[in-house]
Amino acid sequence: MDFLFITQQTLSATIGVNTIIFALAAIGLNMHFGYTGLLNFGQAGFLAIGAYSVAVPVISFGLPLWVAFLIGIVNSVIFALILGIPTLRLRADYLAIVTIAAAEIVRQIARSATFNSTLGGSDGITGKFGEEFFALNPFKSGLNTPILRFNANDLWVVITGWLLVAVIVFFMWIMVNSPWGRLMRAIREDEDAVRSLGKNVYLYKMQSLIIGGVIGACGGFVYALSRQSVQPDNYGTALTFFAYTVLILGGAARVFSPVVGAMIFWFLIVFIEQVLRQGVTNDLIPDWLIGVNQVSQIRFMLMGIGLMLLMIFRPQGIFGDKKELALDAKA
Amino acid sequence: MASSFKLRTLSRSALLFIIAITFPLFLASTAHAEPATKLYGVVTDSEGKALPGIGISVVGPDGFSAEITTDAEGSWEVPIVSKGTFSATINVDDLPEGQALTNPEKSTVKANVFMLGVDLRLLFPVGPGVVQASLLERSAQLTLDGILLGLVIALAALGLSLIFGTTGLTNFAHGEILTLAGLLTYYLSAIAGLPVLVAAPLAVILGAVISGFLQDRYLWKPLRRRGTGLIAMLVVSIGFAIFLRYFFLFIFGGDTRQLPQYAGQAGLELGLVNITPKSILTSAIGVVFIIGATLWLLRTRMGKASRAVADNPALASASGIDVQKVIRAVWILGAALASYAGVIVTVNQGVSFLMGQDMLLLIFAAVTLGGLGTANGALVGSLIIGLFVQLSTLFIPTELKYVGALIVLILILIIRPQGILGKKERIG
Repeated sequence: MDFLFITQQTLSATIGVNTIIFALAAIGLNMHFGYTGLLNFGQAGFLAIGAYSVAVPVISFGLPLWVAFLIGIVNSVIFALILGIPTLRLRADYLAIVTIAAAEIVRQIARSATFNSTLGGSDGITGKFGEEFFALNPFKSGLNTPILRFNANDLWVVITGWLLVAVIVFFMWIMVNSPWGRLMRAIREDEDAVRSLGKNVYLYKMQSLIIGGVIGACGGFVYALSRQSVQPDNYGTALTFFAYTVLILGGAARVFSPVVGAMIFWFLIVFIEQVLRQGVTNDLIPDWLIGVNQVSQIRFMLMGIGLMLLMIFRPQGIFGDKKELALDAKA
Repeated sequence: MASSFKLRTLSRSALLFIIAITFPLFLASTAHAEPATKLYGVVTDSEGKALPGIGISVVGPDGFSAEITTDAEGSWEVPIVSKGTFSATINVDDLPEGQALTNPEKSTVKANVFMLGVDLRLLFPVGPGVVQASLLERSAQLTLDGILLGLVIALAALGLSLIFGTTGLTNFAHGEILTLAGLLTYYLSAIAGLPVLVAAPLAVILGAVISGFLQDRYLWKPLRRRGTGLIAMLVVSIGFAIFLRYFFLFIFGGDTRQLPQYAGQAGLELGLVNITPKSILTSAIGVVFIIGATLWLLRTRMGKASRAVADNPALASASGIDVQKVIRAVWILGAALASYAGVIVTVNQGVSFLMGQDMLLLIFAAVTLGGLGTANGALVGSLIIGLFVQLSTLFIPTELKYVGALIVLILILIIRPQGILGKKERIG
């Protein structure tokens, strides 16, 4: 086994592009679920909208990239409104089902042959829509040290991505510690009590949905730019579920926990995958038990079990406070 | 000796002659760097028989265009001299009666010629022609398909709704009950060699025991004992669903497989519609199951108790109903129904590890549409979703049919949040 390679891959993934994407998705969910108690299962839809909004305007309409970012933010606000107007008056589990349905609608429309010419069908969009972004890259060569390894483009995405995460976390911190943030937590704990104080709960829930959705769309920006391509099937329900795993791992209703959760999540995933892969290729694990192509399936099985065990034995996650948790509320 | 010498000079001069006439050609082609390139193909019908006299037209860059018909072997070729994108169009009207393109939208095929000298083969898959049915026939067929789909959804939705009603669990792992039953049917029939008529009931019984009794006994009952919250249990069910899905992929692989028996059964023409005997049989049994479950709910002591638990668990418990026993019964019944839904899908369409996941959103849509936690609401919702999914293909592309159903779900929730038959108190 090449332990140096495993270490390098694992540590690079821990602070890598995927960690940033999942951290952003989970920060958005933290706003929805952690602070406001909204069970949004359509976060993948927000990421998809962010990703397509970066790719389509640049490739199909020749617009500059910064306009595409604006379009992405506007689109995610619109999606939040469409999602919120019918569902925010409903009970938590209705909201879960409707949001998961809405995210599937987005994905199926994106992958349909009917809109092939603009959205690329099931193959998605691959192209140089991020060129303006990578033209700003000051790094001519990548980073290649024994413990970290990024190519030049990834290095640029990682640095700007973490800056974005830092800015968003800072604003989240300000928001949740403001009177507005306390109101959000009050809605999570007892909607009726807040309503009796004369607050328009519906409007506040909508604000939460929009803010969390826009943060999710930022995750979509990073997803699309880092790969210079958008694949519709990357934005399925599994993405939402794993974002929840990240959030619960770190601990809901804590500003930093989605970031730490994402780092631990990807540390574990890549570590397990690399160890299994090396075990299979070096014949330490017999072929009849796990084939090379089955390594990622084992990884997903462990993720499923991990989510179950986490939820059963430590629902507050690593840093969460058990008192700050909507999970035990009756749905 | 002399004759052999003569022969040799003759063959040598013949060789020279051939070189002499071909050399200029060879020279010309290398001079222009244009090795002979052609687009070609063979048009055959569904049985592999050649189809002669089919018109094919090719257009390409710089105004290139060619018209050709297939020869007696059904083959055609068009030589080309430049790189670029060519598109070949088959004249569908030339196809004989009863033959049509398997994908009617693919009458034009594009070919990208990056390099001259590499011949490109273009395919026009032809199958037994679907004679364009009249709107009435299509509507009738789609209505039937919709009812059959609605039945499968209803079988699965009934269990989901009953379990939700009695325990409050929104079970995201419900689709995996269908998959497990499908896989069991496949393993029992294709691997263990049992006839499907034995394997299918066995799979339902095993499904009821494994997905119903054992799942409740060793996963959900301990969680209820611990006082785990409902949303926490919902997330647990997501984790369980992810685990099971990839476990099924791990042991079964990613392909869709057919059962060894009844796989290619021919359909029966019944008036306006076409239906396979296996579909009639499986659906009829499904209807019996649903009627049985409804009677169980309405007539038996246990069924009545389950409705009491759904209404108010504390009161039910206080009036002497063993709530845990009722929940166990509901789990076993719900799993049996969902397992049978999995068997129907497997017998009629084959089984894959994604089968349950694909159905899950439709099941949720049906249950939500009818009103969460109500049994008759689940039935009505299932029928509406099934019919809507199929009939919507009259107006929208088939690939978007599930999108239509999901949009209907959202629209109905705007107008009537508690669902069609739900009670008002169920809104948050």
